[in-house]
Amino acid sequence: MRNYTENIIEAENLVKKFGDFTANDRLNFQVKKGEIFGFLGANGAGKTTAIKILCGLWLPTSGNIKVAGFDVYKQREKIKRNIGYMSQKFSLYEDLTVKENFRFYGGIYRMRSGDIREKTGFFLKKLDLEKSGDTVLSSIPLGWKQKLAFSIAIMHDPKIVFLDEPTGGVDPVTRRQFWDMIYETAHNGITVFVTTHYMDEAEYCDRVSIMVDGKIEALDTPGNLKEKFRVESMNEVFIKLARKK
Amino acid sequence: MKRFWSFVIKEFYHIFRDRKTLLILFGLPVTLILIFGYVIRSEIKDANIAIYDPSKDEITKDISNKLLASDYFNLVENVQNIQEIDDIFKKGVVREIIVFESDFARKLEQNGEASIQLIADASDANTANLVVNYTRAIIFDYMNELNRNNPNPLQILAEPRMVYNEEMKGAYMFVPGTMALILMLVSALMTSISIVREKEMGTMEVLLVSPLKPAQIILGKVTPYVTLSLINAVTIILLGYFVFGVPIHGSVFLLLAECMLFILLALSLGLLISTLTSSQRAAMFISLFSLMLPTILLSGFIFPVENMPEILQWLSVIVPPKYFIIIIKDIMLKGVGMSFVWKETLVLIGMTTIFILLSIRKFKIRLD
Repeated sequence: MRNYTENIIEAENLVKKFGDFTANDRLNFQVKKGEIFGFLGANGAGKTTAIKILCGLWLPTSGNIKVAGFDVYKQREKIKRNIGYMSQKFSLYEDLTVKENFRFYGGIYRMRSGDIREKTGFFLKKLDLEKSGDTVLSSIPLGWKQKLAFSIAIMHDPKIVFLDEPTGGVDPVTRRQFWDMIYETAHNGITVFVTTHYMDEAEYCDRVSIMVDGKIEALDTPGNLKEKFRVESMNEVFIKLARKK
Repeated sequence: MKRFWSFVIKEFYHIFRDRKTLLILFGLPVTLILIFGYVIRSEIKDANIAIYDPSKDEITKDISNKLLASDYFNLVENVQNIQEIDDIFKKGVVREIIVFESDFARKLEQNGEASIQLIADASDANTANLVVNYTRAIIFDYMNELNRNNPNPLQILAEPRMVYNEEMKGAYMFVPGTMALILMLVSALMTSISIVREKEMGTMEVLLVSPLKPAQIILGKVTPYVTLSLINAVTIILLGYFVFGVPIHGSVFLLLAECMLFILLALSLGLLISTLTSSQRAAMFISLFSLMLPTILLSGFIFPVENMPEILQWLSVIVPPKYFIIIIKDIMLKGVGMSFVWKETLVLIGMTTIFILLSIRKFKIRLD
């Protein structure tokens, strides 16, 4: 277990309202640099809203929020430059080749051509896809696409990478490999902010927060949470919290 | 700039990798212009005519024979009474009735001038025009022969009169009309589809999270289509000019500038549509029904606005291609300059501004 000290995300009383509906109700949490932070909650609990605010897509209604040291009200452009993002929908271009996808995303993050080439080579080698660099993405299996999408999300060395249900629809073996990649990324100092529906994945996180109806109901390490609720697995923690309502 | 170019290059990959897109972009304009061109310019052969010849002298007989000796005309009826003309047209067989003056030869000799009236059924404006032109050419030929050794040239006046559509509007509009249609299709339809595709695929989310500004995303999206639309506009003008002899009397620069303006208008419409929907299919249907149909039906491209019921005439006021077609026709066919088309140009600029403002508003609402 590494020792995390520096805060990379600080949210203080984050509120987001849509008309009368409160999607995020006074969220308070900190994410440490290099941590794998699990952001859990049932569908409609407000996870996606919070992520969109942290990514600089939406403005919060109120609250003090800093991401990578930048303010979400005034410095959204700087935030965007320092984060990576991979959505639950698959997010590379199917009609572009693997290399072209790397080149495009590298380009929009203003990476230099040499760096793009180097990173492309590095990730292709790591994923054992060196021969497929010029293959059109649509003919690559889903599991690999997912890993490619993740690689591309971190190719510009962001400070934080947001993963919104990254392993949806992927087989267990690939999921395991995917989590190996997440560990490696966190080990290299990139903070990982991940949402998931798989409770076994929640066990892999350093800390998890569980949202219920727009509020954070629990936030701790998986071990502490299980102890607190006196249960065996994160799955049971989750169900206990959701039932409370 | 690097971001922007990465984006544009990516867009070009999308376009050149998709056969259907390519076909719409390049196959369609050429096909459409050739189809419209040939349908409208079809040669006439054995057009049915009737002749009313009250004078029945040497010259009128000569002219009649000369007309019928060509392959172009086929005599259906010798009209006995001028009152019959309307009934003959109503039967729908006869395309043109040639009406000689009474005492034709005598008048020609005494006054040096006699006239022939060419009455054509202009409900089919295009054929009417062709038939009348052919007839005039033959009469003109005959006149030249008569005058060859004559010191006092004689004048045979062939006066065309169109019935049912007297002003002949709607003919020879195929180049401006097709141009409007194609620019609408390429710019609006393709842009809206390509933006909506990003939404559907989930890549739009990634683009929005990236440091790209919304304006950069939009500019990157439309730049390739502006380029391709301009290429298309030029292709159509060239095809019209070299294949169909449609003249360009006015300034080529002004013509291209107006094309550019219309492309921008179509793009802003495409943008607006893309903010309204998030499925490619819906984008396509909205484009087809709200853009293509009015362009074909209400712009005056095929059916003259003047002949429409009043309600449709009012509707046509808000159809952008209507103004574009007027501008292009004026520049190409009449050779006029900005001083004649500034009103229409202003309307187009106004519409473009409104559409752009609307779509920016919509885009922002989606973001916040």
